[in-house]
Amino acid sequence: MGLMEKCFTRAWGVHPETHKRPAADVPTRTLPVPERLYVSLSQHLGAPARPAVLVGQKVRKGDKIADPQGAVSAALHAPTSGTIVAIGEIPAPHPSGLPVLAITLASDGKDEWTDLEGCADPFALAPAEISQRVAAAGVVGLGGATFPAAVKLSLSAKAKVRTLIINGGECEPYLSCDDRLMRDAAAACVDGIRIMLHATGASTALVGIEDDKPEAIAAMREAARPYAEVCIRPVPARYPMGSEKQLILTLTGQEVPADGRPGDVGVVVHNIGTARAVHAAIRHGEPLVARLVTVNGACIEAPGNILVPIGALVEDVLAFAGGLAAPPARLIMGGPMMGLALPHARVPVVKGTSGILALAAAEVGARATEPCIRCARCVRACPIGLLPLDMARRIAAGDLSGAVRIGLKDCIACGACAYVCPAHIPLVQYFAHAKGELAAQERARLRAEATKKLAQARTARLAREAQEKAELAARRKAERAAATSATASDTGAPA
Amino acid sequence: MKPAYDAAQPLAAPHAHAGHGVRQTMMRVQLALLPATLFGFWLYGWPAFFLWLITLAACLVFEFISLRLMGRAQIGRTLGDGSALLTGWLLALTLPPWAPWWVGVVGACIAIVVGKQVFGGLGHNVFNPAMVARVALLIAFPLPLTTWVAPLPLGSAAAPGFVEGLQITLGQLALPDAMSSATLLGHAKTELSRGLDLAQAFAGSTAPQPSWVGLRAGSLGESAAPLLLAGGLFLLATGVIRWQTPVGVLAGLAVPAAIAHALAPGHYLDAGTHLFAGALMLCAFFIATDYVTAPATGSGQLLFGLGVGLLTWVIRSLGGYPEGVAFAILLMNALTPIIDHYAKPRILGRTRSGRPIDPAPAGKET
Repeated sequence: MGLMEKCFTRAWGVHPETHKRPAADVPTRTLPVPERLYVSLSQHLGAPARPAVLVGQKVRKGDKIADPQGAVSAALHAPTSGTIVAIGEIPAPHPSGLPVLAITLASDGKDEWTDLEGCADPFALAPAEISQRVAAAGVVGLGGATFPAAVKLSLSAKAKVRTLIINGGECEPYLSCDDRLMRDAAAACVDGIRIMLHATGASTALVGIEDDKPEAIAAMREAARPYAEVCIRPVPARYPMGSEKQLILTLTGQEVPADGRPGDVGVVVHNIGTARAVHAAIRHGEPLVARLVTVNGACIEAPGNILVPIGALVEDVLAFAGGLAAPPARLIMGGPMMGLALPHARVPVVKGTSGILALAAAEVGARATEPCIRCARCVRACPIGLLPLDMARRIAAGDLSGAVRIGLKDCIACGACAYVCPAHIPLVQYFAHAKGELAAQERARLRAEATKKLAQARTARLAREAQEKAELAARRKAERAAATSATASDTGAPA
Repeated sequence: MKPAYDAAQPLAAPHAHAGHGVRQTMMRVQLALLPATLFGFWLYGWPAFFLWLITLAACLVFEFISLRLMGRAQIGRTLGDGSALLTGWLLALTLPPWAPWWVGVVGACIAIVVGKQVFGGLGHNVFNPAMVARVALLIAFPLPLTTWVAPLPLGSAAAPGFVEGLQITLGQLALPDAMSSATLLGHAKTELSRGLDLAQAFAGSTAPQPSWVGLRAGSLGESAAPLLLAGGLFLLATGVIRWQTPVGVLAGLAVPAAIAHALAPGHYLDAGTHLFAGALMLCAFFIATDYVTAPATGSGQLLFGLGVGLLTWVIRSLGGYPEGVAFAILLMNALTPIIDHYAKPRILGRTRSGRPIDPAPAGKET
């Protein structure tokens, strides 16, 4: 990036207080397997998985318990050994708390692995074979979006990407699970990255790590030293640096077209946690059955990072972290900028759970909404270059198409605008509402079109039938007339 | 129309906030105005203080009445947001310091009721309320709005005392002729219209001399240009305002002023005098930077500032009024929506026209 370009590039993003330490410096703990685990069938982007076990069936840790359904979906595996006791509805880890289908597993306390098939030399495998094994291990993007990793790997191979970007930014405040992972398991992360390079056919891997994580940068540099193709690149700590488009822009200087994918600029982005999961899946044959979760916030007695089996309840994790020091103002799954507020703690940890935060009222900083004073802090904060104040004004006035015209669909819902808004306007909520409303309108439009087509077909059919009937009647009449005249001539002939 | 979601309980992300509010911003601006205002009180004595107090109080009263009539909830909180106070403060700083009390009250009524609340209150007004009031007063009551006094610092022998000051503000005491004085810009305009050139105009011993520290006749907010500049720099440093607007205003005025002065020094005041005379500093840092009535983007603000500066110079030099700041602000306020329409940031991944960019040709990677 030239000097001129640097001077004229818009500053974007915000610098929230990170709150990452001391939690990031506490050694990682492991949650003892709870008595019951609730494995949600909808914990990845795409269609929910289909159960592959029956109630009463005994499973070992790592046995497949649900199959992917459709092109974008992922398999699920038993997080421990035990018995399937139920397949039914439990509250979803979502603000609504609506029910979601889940497989309930009663632990037998042995935590016994199934037979695993590792691979000593993954680089001898065909790229397609790696994708297949990653799919079989149920690996999804662990940054939060939970897109099935295998789908992304094979798409990248098809798109002929040149650069694999590994997202170790972890720009969300409070979270440190990626930081911890890079410090504790740098070698495994780098191995996973190299396997992904092989699977995608990319020539270079750029690992973006925010510069407020010097320990992680040092550990990763050390682990990547023998491999020239893996470059560790510190990036400025700024929210939302971990957003795909921002990280690509920062590391390569390239802009992803608004209607395109990273593959269009020869890039694919994976999370660092995903790299580690790929390493485990390929080298050891281990499916994704546990993940690192940051437990943090002023209301947590002992903050830190905990290795949690998928399906453990949030309340089990909280209890293990010393319980709650005070009733939290908000309980959040994920980071404070984009995470979901939980209705209660009896919801399960899913593959995308990067953090469990119990925040005090002072940390949330919620206040009553005031009128917009057009201070334009949101405009400066927006990483995409949108006008949040204008979009919100149009949405409030019901002018959704106006909001779309000025870029609503480019919004990545990072929350930087609402974070800086002095009037405490829930901007993200406005945008989410508008996007939902537009989706509903689109569905209604498609339905109306389908109905219209059916109605037109029916009208055409009725018209055709009426015409056929009329023709038939005319024909019969003509036949009858012919017959009558024939009879007349018959009768007339002897006369 | 009731929205489909409950905005009173925003549980959507983000679950964190930078911490500042509307009130803090307004308070910070008032803090930045304080040194210049105190200097003005000292320079023009008790009447200036009383007028300031009356204008602020009247703004709060009219805000309260408007909110009450509109049936708004939580009137106390809205009054406490500091916006009405700030409007009153800015208006008071542009009035002749010895003006009678009713000037402040009528001005407050125009600013708050006509300038702000009829548009829907804070954030909805198109024109800067203080400037609306200033212009309306100037046109409706030209005499009290152009009667300036020579500085009579507190403690000096001729300065009016507390009671005397109160009488002046209440209109009980006629202003002695000897005390009245023209502002620098007013004097220049009068003399130029008499056919004199500027060298002659400022030759006499009674003529107002340019004074960088502000020891001269004028409104509260025009005497203390250096203190206003300092307050403005404080706002810049604390991130309340950004550089685009003030730089635009200063450059928009200084550049044409310097060129014109170089070409015809007898007819056009120099840039330095222009910058430190009148309400220019107040305008550049405190009025043109009003969030509500100025563009939202940096480039828009620069354009807006340049327009304000240029129009100010045009009105001062070529128009009928000696001072043009208020008119310039209102004219540019009217252009704000159109500036906002064109001066948009480019959306990431799109061209300026809004079309998705073409991906860079393959193999270009460094």
